[in-house]
Amino acid sequence: MESARRFATASAAVGLAGPALAQDSPARYNLQAPVTGIAEQINDMHTLMLVICLVIFIGVFGVMFWAVFHHRKSKGAVAAHFHENTAVEIAWTVIPILILLGMAWPATRTVIEMKDTSNPDLTIKATGYQWKWGYDYLQGEGEGIRFLSSLSTPREQIEGGAPKGEAYLLEVDKPLVVPVGKKVRVLLTANDVIHSWWVPAFGVKQDAIPGFIRDTWFRADKEGIYRGNCAELCGRDHGFMPIEVHVVSAEKYAEWVSAQMQAQNVALAAQ
Amino acid sequence: MAAVTHDQLQGHQPGPTGLMRWLTTTNHKDIGTMYMIFSFIMFLSGGVMALTIRAELFQPGLQVVQPEFFNQLTTMHGLVMVFGAIMPAFVGFANWMIPLMIGASDMAFARMNNWSFWLLPPAAILLIGSFFVPGGATAAGWTLYAPLSVQMGMGMDLAIFAIHIMGISSIMGAINIVVTVLNMRAPGMTLMKMPLFCWTWLITAYLLIAVMPVLAGAVTMILTDRHFGTSFFNAAGGGDPVMYQHIFWFFGHPEVYIMILPAFGIVSQIIPTFARKPLFGYASMVYATASIAILSFAVWAHHMFATGMPAAGQLFFMYATMLIAVPTGVKVFNWVATMWRGSMTFETPMLWATGFIFVFTMGGFTGLICAIAPIDIQVQDTYYVVAHFHYVLVAGSLFALFAGAYYWLPKWTGHMPSEFLGKLHFWCSIVFFNITFFPMHFLGLAGMPRRIPDYALQFADFNALASVGAFGFGLSQLIFLVVVVKCVRGGERAAARSWEGAEGLEWTVPSPAPHHTFEQAPVVK
Repeated sequence: MESARRFATASAAVGLAGPALAQDSPARYNLQAPVTGIAEQINDMHTLMLVICLVIFIGVFGVMFWAVFHHRKSKGAVAAHFHENTAVEIAWTVIPILILLGMAWPATRTVIEMKDTSNPDLTIKATGYQWKWGYDYLQGEGEGIRFLSSLSTPREQIEGGAPKGEAYLLEVDKPLVVPVGKKVRVLLTANDVIHSWWVPAFGVKQDAIPGFIRDTWFRADKEGIYRGNCAELCGRDHGFMPIEVHVVSAEKYAEWVSAQMQAQNVALAAQ
Repeated sequence: MAAVTHDQLQGHQPGPTGLMRWLTTTNHKDIGTMYMIFSFIMFLSGGVMALTIRAELFQPGLQVVQPEFFNQLTTMHGLVMVFGAIMPAFVGFANWMIPLMIGASDMAFARMNNWSFWLLPPAAILLIGSFFVPGGATAAGWTLYAPLSVQMGMGMDLAIFAIHIMGISSIMGAINIVVTVLNMRAPGMTLMKMPLFCWTWLITAYLLIAVMPVLAGAVTMILTDRHFGTSFFNAAGGGDPVMYQHIFWFFGHPEVYIMILPAFGIVSQIIPTFARKPLFGYASMVYATASIAILSFAVWAHHMFATGMPAAGQLFFMYATMLIAVPTGVKVFNWVATMWRGSMTFETPMLWATGFIFVFTMGGFTGLICAIAPIDIQVQDTYYVVAHFHYVLVAGSLFALFAGAYYWLPKWTGHMPSEFLGKLHFWCSIVFFNITFFPMHFLGLAGMPRRIPDYALQFADFNALASVGAFGFGLSQLIFLVVVVKCVRGGERAAARSWEGAEGLEWTVPSPAPHHTFEQAPVVK
């Protein structure tokens, strides 16, 4: 990945994709700033692919536009009559295959790593509902915590009756809270139709399929608030069921867990 | 039968006139024309839906439509454009041009040809009419994923029947094309001498015959899940929602090539004409087309990387998808090599064909990027994918259709289309197209999901830009309408060989092509 990272820096330097812009303000031109190893690999791979494609693009269309401007009848060009060349045709079949092999190698490693959900520190089940998310902490610190998480942007903002807030449509009443640096396995299912749990900064997108359980994982390396959306059309309010994840330090996480436990006990006692 | 054939051979116009003529016609040129008029009407209808979508997305918040209706619009825009506009337009080209290109007097099954066309208007009425039933049109996305599609109102049932009818129409059209190409070529025209457009359509027709029944099966299972208590896609009854996606995309990916292979064929006719040089690598073009078609059956699950396939599945579909870049690349290289050292002029058809190569290839590159499974996890179901498939479907299929229309309009109407208006149409289209869809790459990368009526504030600028571009693009298409109407009504007379470098049997008959051509099969040397 070292070469990919170099490409990433190079492209940032020429302002190709502008990942530097994406550091703190929301991303506008490129993938969001990665906070997991997987997301970082994806970013590097994307930059590498972009550069390779750009080089091929310039090559192919350099030739084409040269021909477009020089091999014109109006410039007195007389048509040649060649119409095949076995050597050239073999070359432009074989060379792309080699380039593809070069692309497939890093991608294969990442796919295998993405699929490795073993040995998590924390397991959380996320359930998609029309149109909110439910979270159950199944294993690890915080086991037993469960809550629903739905859009908290007021209706007036959506309908234009009030100015739109900074996290417009990306804010929820009860965010998911996870500790920094811990491997979190997310089990996904849905209650009604297919939803998809997507946090771009984590490089995680997994469909939540009613009646089935799928899993994915992330390990966030940086504290902060990360936002995503449901990524599978799920009906009327598909655009209004965001995901908000707070990645906090171990101490803050412990505090949050005990507060949740207390609240849940109080609620149980009241029943 | 014999009497009819005799009358036709005399070149008379026997039988009904007016509306009945068009209802009962078995002439491949009449039917081709009807296909194209139909597809243009559908293109404008789907375009109005697209512009309504872009109006809503012009700025954050809900202004123009409510989310339910927004979802209906995105769904119907997709269905109408795919099944109503692009596919019938290519069938129209096939009807008009294949008999002329292979020296046949008509399509093999002339009456079936009439039926395949006349199935389409009822299907379109069902589809568009579904907006007006209780609950409105289906809002499950053009992919109609279960179980969301099982939740829909009766608009969904109308869409299912419309898809069935259009599928029957496509299968009949495809059988007609296969039989015509295989059996009715003029003496001496071997398969490997056939114009590339006929080759790409022959292969496309096989794809259609293979996959339209698969789609029919998928939507029929939705229908029975909805009304007859089956559980094909319902886990509670032992079914699996993901199975729908497998079946749908087993149709859906070959469908993508159904919409692009004939476009490759059209471009492969135009480039040699205006480069005044034979097509480079004819044989490799044929093999590349066939390889794309065969590979298209082994890549469907790249639409489903986010469903949670096992690693082995992801890797297989990733590799197979990447492989498609090879034959596609061969085609682009061949076109560029055809242009190389040619003696080129840039009349309207050539402009469109060159624009096609340039912009379509960008869609090819983003396709390759989407093929990489880990990257696809990030961009799946975002505006990046929206950008990608509009680059290949609008700048690909649609631009090739326009290229072909300008190329063959002289043959169809007997008049040369206006160069000024044609070029204006091209430049407006390509500029507004890129203003509309290029920013969508950024939107998708930055995290904007597709199929949402409202979005976070950081996406506002590019959405506003895309909306402005979309209205420009939509209005530009009216120029084409003006060109065609003017061209039908008059203009510079077209010679039989309407373009200096044009080769092929279609340029040996007068312009406009008479009602009956090649009553005596020509001999190809």
